[in-house]
Amino acid sequence: MSNLAIELNNVCQSYSHFNLSGINLELEAGSILGLIGPNGAGKSTTIRILMGLLVPQGGNVQVLGHDMLKEAALAKWKIGFASEDMRLYKNMSLQWHIDYMKSLFPGWDDSYVKTLIKRFDLIPEQKIKGLSHGQRVKANLLLVLARRPKLLVLDEPTTGLDPVARQETLRELMDVMMDEDRSILFSSHNTQDIEQLSDKITFIDRGRVVNSKDKETFLEEWRRVRIEIDSEKDLNSINHLVDVKRSGRVAVVTTNKFNESFIQLLKGFGASISSVESLSLEEIFVAEVFSSRGGE
Amino acid sequence: MESHFLLSQTDGRPMYLQIIEQIKNKIAVGDWQQGFKLPSIREFAVTLKVSVITVKRAYQELENQGVIVTQQGKGSFVSSGENMSLKIREQEIDVHLVEALKKANALGISVDELLDRLGSLASKHLQNVDRSE
Repeated sequence: MSNLAIELNNVCQSYSHFNLSGINLELEAGSILGLIGPNGAGKSTTIRILMGLLVPQGGNVQVLGHDMLKEAALAKWKIGFASEDMRLYKNMSLQWHIDYMKSLFPGWDDSYVKTLIKRFDLIPEQKIKGLSHGQRVKANLLLVLARRPKLLVLDEPTTGLDPVARQETLRELMDVMMDEDRSILFSSHNTQDIEQLSDKITFIDRGRVVNSKDKETFLEEWRRVRIEIDSEKDLNSINHLVDVKRSGRVAVVTTNKFNESFIQLLKGFGASISSVESLSLEEIFVAEVFSSRGGE
Repeated sequence: MESHFLLSQTDGRPMYLQIIEQIKNKIAVGDWQQGFKLPSIREFAVTLKVSVITVKRAYQELENQGVIVTQQGKGSFVSSGENMSLKIREQEIDVHLVEALKKANALGISVDELLDRLGSLASKHLQNVDRSE
């Protein structure tokens, strides 16, 4: 078995108004992959495919060493999946759900359930219909985590959570990572959560993978440089310039291939460097999406 | 593991740099002495709630700088170099001095002028400290 927990190869799926075209995705065992995309980018469709809930029209899907087109049932025992669409029985209590899941999954961890109930501040006797949105999300997560799955797939796990519940959720996700062969894929449009937790990041937009790299590389390669330069000087010949904003002698240039020679290059154009700034993952994401759309 | 560290959300610098700075600070103040075993990368990532790759990046950088040494299969330790604490404190102040030099250069201020400025600021600062005591 390879040490990839997830491997999607050239996955395609067509709908009348939307196409997933040639999606490639890799998640190494023991790490966290963040899937970022605008609404309607294809995140949930991709997740449904890798969960075996949807059979793609083309491509290969391997999850935990299983071909999802042939052995989805085997893989599913080892995958914990939570998404907003998942509904619990509203007239039943959380405890009822816990007992039910325990009867299905042999690896069920009772002591972990106790810990999670305390940490998430949940009441097992309470009926699902009486829970707030945040409590429901946490209840769902508890039911998935207590199975101790090898792979966690979470569609928008922190969306709609208050700051306290969000921190509790992030903490539990990181606790999972203590174990070296467990992996997490989570999707979000909250780039801050992904920036904090992910080892690797895949941006998707309009059904395509825009870019995919380890997080530190993303953050390392993008820089905004403030310079002072003759306003007549043409900067267009410089490679890897993503954006240039100029007003008089002041210019702000953004690059996606930053290194020391980029600075030397700017100096060669007669620029003096005022500052070099890092970009947040959110800024990088927006710029990546715009530049990929512009290139069509 | 109990966390000695707190990463800032509003600090504009990348998280791995904050981790480096805080580890160096633990060594500079003498909490982590030479030979001290650092938490494993995974353990540290879980405690700080940041990705494994971010902590890995910080450890690699600290290793390049000679602050820590990593032994395969054993873990990472504070280097046994002489006066690591002093060295780190010097490095830390150097970062700010180099920034001052760059800024002075950009503003057309010579090194001598800069030294004069530093001298006069130092005497003013010392007076303030005297007064507040």
